Amino acid sequence: MSKSSNIDAYRRKFLLGVAGTATAVTVAPGLLLRQAGAKAPSEEISDKNRWGMLIDVDRLPNGGQGVVDACKKEHGWGDEAHSNDQQKAHWVRTVHVKEKLTEHEFDLPVMCQHCETAPCADVCPTGASFRREDGVVLVDKHICIGCRYCMMACPYKARSLVHEALFDQKAHSPRGKGTVESCTMCVHRIDVGRLPACVEASNGAIIFGDLNDKNSEISQALKARGGKQIRADLGLNTGVRYQGI
Amino acid sequence: MFGKVHNIFVTIALLGLTTLLLTGCGDTPPEPRLETAKAKAEQCVEPTDVMRKDHMEFILHERDETMYEGIRSSKHSFKGCINCHIPAADAQGKPVNYLTADHDLNPEHFCATCHAYVGVKLNCFDCHSDNPEGAAPADSTHANVNGNGGVAHE
Amino acid sequence: MSSKKVIYSEVENSGIGYYGLLALFGLFLLGGVIAFFTMEHNGHYITGMNNQTVWGLPHIFAIFLIVAASGALNIGSIGTVFGKKIYQPLGRLSGLIAIALLIGGLVVLLLDLGRVDHVIQMATGHLNFKSIFAWNMILYSGFLGLVGLYLWAMMSRSRLAKKLYRSMGVSAFTWRLILTTGTGSIFGFLVARQAFDAAILAPLFIVLSFSLGLATFLIILMAAYRWTQREVGDAILNRLRYLLAVFILGVLLLEVTRHLTNLYATEHHGVEAFILGGGNLYSNLFWYGYILFGTLAPLALIFCRLLKNSRAALLLAAILTALGGFALLYVIVIGGQAYPLVLFPNAEISSTYFDGVITAYKPGMWEWLLGLAGVALVLIIITVAVKVLRFMPLSLADSVVDPHAK
Ligand code: SF4
Repeated sequence: MSKSSNIDAYRRKFLLGVAGTATAVTVAPGLLLRQAGAKAPSEEISDKNRWGMLIDVDRLPNGGQGVVDACKKEHGWGDEAHSNDQQKAHWVRTVHVKEKLTEHEFDLPVMCQHCETAPCADVCPTGASFRREDGVVLVDKHICIGCRYCMMACPYKARSLVHEALFDQKAHSPRGKGTVESCTMCVHRIDVGRLPACVEASNGAIIFGDLNDKNSEISQALKARGGKQIRADLGLNTGVRYQGI
Repeated sequence: MFGKVHNIFVTIALLGLTTLLLTGCGDTPPEPRLETAKAKAEQCVEPTDVMRKDHMEFILHERDETMYEGIRSSKHSFKGCINCHIPAADAQGKPVNYLTADHDLNPEHFCATCHAYVGVKLNCFDCHSDNPEGAAPADSTHANVNGNGGVAHE
Repeated sequence: MSSKKVIYSEVENSGIGYYGLLALFGLFLLGGVIAFFTMEHNGHYITGMNNQTVWGLPHIFAIFLIVAASGALNIGSIGTVFGKKIYQPLGRLSGLIAIALLIGGLVVLLLDLGRVDHVIQMATGHLNFKSIFAWNMILYSGFLGLVGLYLWAMMSRSRLAKKLYRSMGVSAFTWRLILTTGTGSIFGFLVARQAFDAAILAPLFIVLSFSLGLATFLIILMAAYRWTQREVGDAILNRLRYLLAVFILGVLLLEVTRHLTNLYATEHHGVEAFILGGGNLYSNLFWYGYILFGTLAPLALIFCRLLKNSRAALLLAAILTALGGFALLYVIVIGGQAYPLVLFPNAEISSTYFDGVITAYKPGMWEWLLGLAGVALVLIIITVAVKVLRFMPLSLADSVVDPHAK
């Protein structure tokens, strides 16, 4: 490719980012969040929405390894060259559970549960860990000091410290040495009206949507069949719920 | 009082200066190479003189808007700067990274060109990609890259 | 003030001994500086810390020093706040040691951060007042300021200083109680982890600060007076000796209570069995390190009749108390992280990411260097300060400090 055509390609891509949903619909219609309440890129988030996920573990093949892989691919975590297995980043993992008395077994993907009263955000000294108005829990890496208090506080081991210098990150998912990271519920996607990567890869086993909207698919499903929280005893009112656990 | 953003900028600048004073003693500033920048000046989101002075203000403002308000339509986006200003590959077909393989500022990289000259070190690329989207290259100066994103150095 | 006869003076040593000591501490400090830059450049992967054990050895050093700092101030407080005259000559040294320990601890904490460069932004308003950690930062700076004022009130000849002496002492003492509560609460608030979820951790940290602070104070006092050939009498040392015993017993009482209450609550049985049950590093550290060598041995050294007035026994008791406290902190903080999070009670869980298994943490060289540098920094501050200002009474002989001594 010649240099000038490269430049053109990038300008096109840049414009695409600016142009918003209308353009995006024509480009990738299949990947869009077709639901009332989906957000336009220029729109400011608000507490009218509370984004959440409902995971039906019975319908996830292989314990949900597929969604783990999709997340990895989307955000590029887990391949840190110098870090050992205990140090490598894990935004989501599949956990195998066997109840001792009943011997009932199941697998589930565990990631940031996007708590309403997030312990990480409460303990964070700088306010880098915060909960967006629409319920997504994020780390603002621009101010994170890497103290790891949030990791101590998280009941789900959902957070990782980046233990080494990184290069060639995904443009939509900045990550860097010395800061803490975790599942972002793919804010870069939901902010422009798309579905999180794991939801897309789940073949319908994960429903994403607005928990505040009583008519949304996720609210209806939860109302009909319920959805459990991991460690509900902590009263964190998580945004991620499970069926089949 | 200064605004929050302003303070951050001053902090970053001071930090950069200090780091440079600590590490860069004795280095003579390289000549700025502005061809890439000049070639793009016409297409930029703001006039050149405004950009020169205020690009960090724009970026930081956009940063807070995106981070906290989820607004992803600003024309002042960091990703936009990179996508437009950094070529996917140099004449040899190699990606243009902010740092050279020896961890020096790479004068071919748009941001590094000026920042090396004025001696203000950036830490944007600690977390952000220094290359246009989708160009995470198979053979950047960062060895071991497998195009997976966020891959470690050496 | 009472201590009219007490004369304070700068330390006059300036030979190889003095500068050799400084050089030795300096070497450790240098090691820490190297460790910091190496960690800063490479990232934390070069340490033994990881995403399972996120707080490691540096944090144990830091917590030890910070907790001991507030405890070291007690010696002064007993003199000022509770009017015990015999302690008053020790006030200046107690304030100095408190400040030095706190600075040392904070520096270790700071240099272990993933992004030290981002800390400056906290001064520009990035503080979360819901965070007990942020409160601690404020408590620590306040402590430094108040103890500084307290020292000034003790050392200045101005009339204002004399007038403020007691109120400064009282405020510093009150502040230190809040500060240690804050440090203990850092863990007490972590409801997610079975090992930390206990309100009793805050009072435990307070009493622990008494014993670690006094032990550290004793070690430094005895070393300083020996190396400067100044005299310390039995009257004062025996007071401190029995005070130490009281504090050791206090810690033991609270620690036993903590485990008993934990054993009462079913959800804590797992982690209690892990810490107390034996067969791993943490229960060894607990039983041998803390209970045997850190508690029973110093108590024996203090109460054994044959060792009455023995300085060596007292010094050894203080050292053992300090090491035992270190072991206890290690068990609480690192053992608490080694025990897996309970996602589902009454179930076995497993994953490719260390769920349901006890994880191993092995501190690496850099962590040791960083932690020891904190200790070295404390000692450097004290060594230099006693030479340039009048912190140490010329003599602490019985005739000077105890008006009733013959
Ligand atoms: S590591 Fe970062 S996000 Fe976590 S508590 Fe510390 S400053 Fe906050």
